[in-house]
Amino acid sequence: MREFTCIVCPNGCHLIVDDNNNVTGNTCKKGEEFAIQEIVNPKRNISSTCKTVFPNVPVVPVKTDKEIKKELIFDVIKEINKVTIDKKLKIGDVVIPNILGTDTNIIITTNSLED
Amino acid sequence: MKTLYDCVVIGGGPAGLASAIKAKEKGLDVLIIEREQVLGGILKQCIHDGFGLTRYGEKLTGPEYAYKDIVRVKELGIDVSLSTFVLDVSKKEDFSLTLTNKEGINKIVSKSIILAMGCRERTAKQVFIHGTRPAGVFTAGCAQNLVNIQGIMPAKKCVILGSGDIGLIMARRLTLEGCEVVGVYEAKSKPSGLNRNIEQCLNDFNIPLHLSKTVTRVFGIDRLESVEVMSVDEKLNPIKGTEEIVSCDALILSVGLIPENELTEKLGIEICPYTKGATVDNNLETMLDGVFAAGNCLSVNDLVDYVSINGFIAGEAAYNYVNKKKDRKLVDVEKGKGLMSIVPQRLNINSDLSKTTFFIRSDNDYRDKKLIITENGVELLKKTYKVVNQAESIKIDVDLSNVKGNIKVVLE
Repeated sequence: MREFTCIVCPNGCHLIVDDNNNVTGNTCKKGEEFAIQEIVNPKRNISSTCKTVFPNVPVVPVKTDKEIKKELIFDVIKEINKVTIDKKLKIGDVVIPNILGTDTNIIITTNSLED
Repeated sequence: MKTLYDCVVIGGGPAGLASAIKAKEKGLDVLIIEREQVLGGILKQCIHDGFGLTRYGEKLTGPEYAYKDIVRVKELGIDVSLSTFVLDVSKKEDFSLTLTNKEGINKIVSKSIILAMGCRERTAKQVFIHGTRPAGVFTAGCAQNLVNIQGIMPAKKCVILGSGDIGLIMARRLTLEGCEVVGVYEAKSKPSGLNRNIEQCLNDFNIPLHLSKTVTRVFGIDRLESVEVMSVDEKLNPIKGTEEIVSCDALILSVGLIPENELTEKLGIEICPYTKGATVDNNLETMLDGVFAAGNCLSVNDLVDYVSINGFIAGEAAYNYVNKKKDRKLVDVEKGKGLMSIVPQRLNINSDLSKTTFFIRSDNDYRDKKLIITENGVELLKKTYKVVNQAESIKIDVDLSNVKGNIKVVLE
């Protein structure tokens, strides 16, 4: 049996998953899906920043465009920290495609380079 | 610069943006005044996701959430004055505002005002930490700005005091960037941030959370070298003999937010002792006619989606005010058992009460509680909540069309 807090929404339900993967404590379907995923293959969205060459905007926020395996978090951060953005990218533009072969892109989440 | 507006919005964060959008859509001539060089407010540095679940049904990062509103502000052609600070505001027949920016000092006049100044962080001074005054003591928001906007790492090994959401988010953020977060210390016996942030910011990274412990002293001459932590009793007083020294080069404070209300006070507007923001009616109109308040300067919110809802209410109400509806007739909303605070604190029974939105914070964590609204002992609403957490405010829309007098709200 495992117990943890649901991170799908701010309600933060207290989830309990028994040895037969039966979920209790959730108040919605998404909570049940999250609980099973957390047992089988925990995933997270990652947000970080990426260096740029522009003095007024030394770093810009970026994120994974979908969840990646939890165990890859620090490897993904390492890859993001290798990059320096030298183009005026727009919000949603891809900074690193298919990071670490995960089929996940690192995208920029701001418009601060545009104007 | 134009000098006459229907509505001036003070602050270009999420509350100000939503207020301005609604007021402009309704047909008012609107100006947003923002002291920074860009719109977006604190959202710019909140690069983590989780914003917008209620409003958009998706998890956005802070900058993405702000971007949607900024695009709308541009589409609508709303006037924006950046790098501009409001020095003074007073009411004659209309409102007179004194502004300062690159062009110098200017005066403008507006028929209505929406206060959307956001909030400030409590500092070390306000939590009574003794010792020297070394570099390395930051508020969580300051550390967040350094890392996420300026690209500067403020610490190699840090202690976080306070378990507010920004502190938890920063624990994760600093860990990701290679800082060792020794632990999060919380004087109260339970964390003050959302449970999901304890899970995904601390538990995911094995960062210890020490409850009923606080930082009592800092050491170091030029730079912080260590802090003293102590256990506290139920009254939050440190217990002698429990002193521990923890070495670190930064102390990050996440010890609460206070609504920013210097201008509100300048206007002599009544402040609610529980929210520390203006006392308002159901249209978020303060006790001074024509002045509205929205977002974290009204009461500190845990969700930006609620801040935007505030803005929409205030923007529409400003429109109604400028286009003269009936005079206000106010009745009280009494904060009863189980509540720490409630917004609004008054109802204008001369306005549309068919969809009155309340934002309620409980005074403790509860299970199976009923939210009951009564007028003269007659029940108007009864709703059961399985879980009520102090860290998560309750938003509820109620039809109060038939209310004639004071009402009372309780959790029991």
